[in-house]
Amino acid sequence: MENDSRRQFLFRSATGLGGAWLNMQWPAILAAQNHAREAANSHTVLVFQFFSPEQAAEVEAAAAQIIPADDTPGAREARVIYFIDRALVTFDKDKQPAYLLGLRELQVKTLELFPLAKSFSGLTSPQQIEVLHAIEKTDFFELLRLHTIVGFFARPEYGGNHNQVGWKLIGLEDKMTYEPPFGYYDAEYNKRQ
Amino acid sequence: MKKFDTNTAVDFVVVGAGAAGGVVAKELSTAGLDVVVLEQGPYLLEGDFAHDELENWAFWNSPRIGRSMLANNHERQPNTFRKTNNETAVVKPTIQYGQCVGGGSVHFTANYWRFHEIDFVERSRWGSISGTGFDDWPITYAELEPYYTKAEWDLGISGLAGANPFEPPHSKPYPLPPLPVKSSGVLLERGAKKLGWHAYSAPMAILSQPYKGRAACGHCGYCECFGCEWGAKSSTLASVIPMAEDTGHCEIRSGAYVRQISVDRQGRVNGMVYFDGQRQEQMQRAKAVVVCANGAETPRLLLQSTSSQFPNGLANSNGLVGKFLILECGAGATGTFEHPLNEYKSVVVTRVVQDFYDADPKRGFYGGGGMDARFDDHPIAYAISYRPDLPRWGSDFKRAVKENYTRTLNVFAHLTSLPMETNTVSLDPEVKDAWGQPAVRITYRNHPDDLKNMAFFRERALELLQAAGAKKQWGWPVEEVTMSVHLMGTCRMGNDPETSVVNKYHRAHDVPNLFVVDGSSFVTSGRNQPTCTIQALAYRAADNMVQAAKTGEIPSSF
Repeated sequence: MENDSRRQFLFRSATGLGGAWLNMQWPAILAAQNHAREAANSHTVLVFQFFSPEQAAEVEAAAAQIIPADDTPGAREARVIYFIDRALVTFDKDKQPAYLLGLRELQVKTLELFPLAKSFSGLTSPQQIEVLHAIEKTDFFELLRLHTIVGFFARPEYGGNHNQVGWKLIGLEDKMTYEPPFGYYDAEYNKRQ
Repeated sequence: MKKFDTNTAVDFVVVGAGAAGGVVAKELSTAGLDVVVLEQGPYLLEGDFAHDELENWAFWNSPRIGRSMLANNHERQPNTFRKTNNETAVVKPTIQYGQCVGGGSVHFTANYWRFHEIDFVERSRWGSISGTGFDDWPITYAELEPYYTKAEWDLGISGLAGANPFEPPHSKPYPLPPLPVKSSGVLLERGAKKLGWHAYSAPMAILSQPYKGRAACGHCGYCECFGCEWGAKSSTLASVIPMAEDTGHCEIRSGAYVRQISVDRQGRVNGMVYFDGQRQEQMQRAKAVVVCANGAETPRLLLQSTSSQFPNGLANSNGLVGKFLILECGAGATGTFEHPLNEYKSVVVTRVVQDFYDADPKRGFYGGGGMDARFDDHPIAYAISYRPDLPRWGSDFKRAVKENYTRTLNVFAHLTSLPMETNTVSLDPEVKDAWGQPAVRITYRNHPDDLKNMAFFRERALELLQAAGAKKQWGWPVEEVTMSVHLMGTCRMGNDPETSVVNKYHRAHDVPNLFVVDGSSFVTSGRNQPTCTIQALAYRAADNMVQAAKTGEIPSSF
């Protein structure tokens, strides 16, 4: 959807500016279209390429504590887990061992604090928070925090930020262009002028 | 696009298709001279740029995620860093510069400040500062003024001449009216007014209206650190490089990684040795060479261009190539406001304050600067680097990001940095780049006055935020500079061949057909907004090169 609107937008803008500009920008517009199309075709299928379902459940539970759902969606609803899974088989392949090691650390810490637990994701929310506080100085937690935030706010084409929940949370409307007034203070200022 | 044969000597080889190289190429080729521009980065077009923070993100944060399209890649091109000559430098990303056709002008914020008259004669006015190379320039503002005007009209600059009570004389207004004010600009203006200071419409290298067949800014917000999808940012890629190519006298050769400037038996340059995209060594023959590779790569290229006539590197008989490196100095403060500013929309800067531009002896140290207001973080960068005094994850983190993303404002001060002979670009004796060439080694310490000036401007930034009505504000730490995107001062210009590398027309004192035009020519830092002056210098230098070619002073096809 976003890609369609982006493409249409490029055409609208181009035609609105007259033939000379269109001719000049034609290769650029075609390239932009291709870019959009590639992104559209690479939409994430909801299948894991790196994680087992059990591993995914653990990582997703931890991500969902880093950005929890409250009255607005969190990392789970943003499908951050699919972003991370895809990153680990594409541009962040070399982080695979860090995840495998980190998942073991998570398991060890979970059992240390809650010896009867079956999994991190099976803990109550306060228990999960306790485990994460116990590992929050580790490299794995830092990596998971990074990936969770990136997955939450990156373009939805990367698999996370589903339905743009990350952008909606912070008040960012995703448009190709904006017109003034942009914010509260310039709107007020322009009224006074 | 015209293609030139490497074995036939073109009139000029230009190294670097950036802010300076693009201008030089356009000026030389429109005069009818044949030019080959060697650019190490890719030739990207508007359609290659996307509204995609992750894709661009690598640029500032980590070369390991995403891909770095627009800037130097520290994995292939490491630099080393140390504070003093006594230390062994370690690999640490210190320098960032544009690396694509258009160079840094593609991704820059587009602040387009002229220097003031004082910047060229500050040593005479202020006096000497011991332990520094603080000096006057060999040219005055008046000599450069026509070229500032030329740059503004050729490239397309939006602004309002006369709006800044401190601005130097302009012989012509800006070609385009200012861009619409944003909340950041309104708040800066509000704070300044309360304090008796003067905010004015920022001069920006972004089109507020269609200009020379280019589209006006669509206020999309993907501006600083991004390439402009509309061609509305007045990069050399969008403005003068197409003009250069249209002449039929200019070839932009991208993916060309230069290794050495070649010299003949008479000690004149006769071509550029470079690696092509397949890392095969090539040599482009030329009658003259213009190095526009930036304040770090230019001295590196000269230093590694050794030969029997020039054992210490080219244009380096006095040993000054690479010395007096100037890195950027900045300071600032961040505040949060009650209502959304939505700074993620439109251009980065719409108002500037220059009330403290000039140094003032009453402050007890040398230094000055200008301030703008902005919030230039996209969501990922913002959330990752969120204030260290708040939780880094969990519901409190989420709430803080939610509340403040659209309500945050930085006041950013751009400041003087004193030139010191001990601050240098040199060749690292151990570390090599992916092509097997010595890495850039940076040796850098700030003069104590730089830090005092930063502390002074941090306080002014806090005052501004408070006066503008911020709910909360906090100053940025004052620290020595260890990372910089503005690279200046390593081949300084001057009249005396003993104390400078190039003359006032950017010609190397040692080599009559070698020119150096970029931030490396700077004698002093200005107020750390170098692009406008780099380009004015490039217009002026090119004008002189054309004259020299016409009179036969340098060989050419004329």
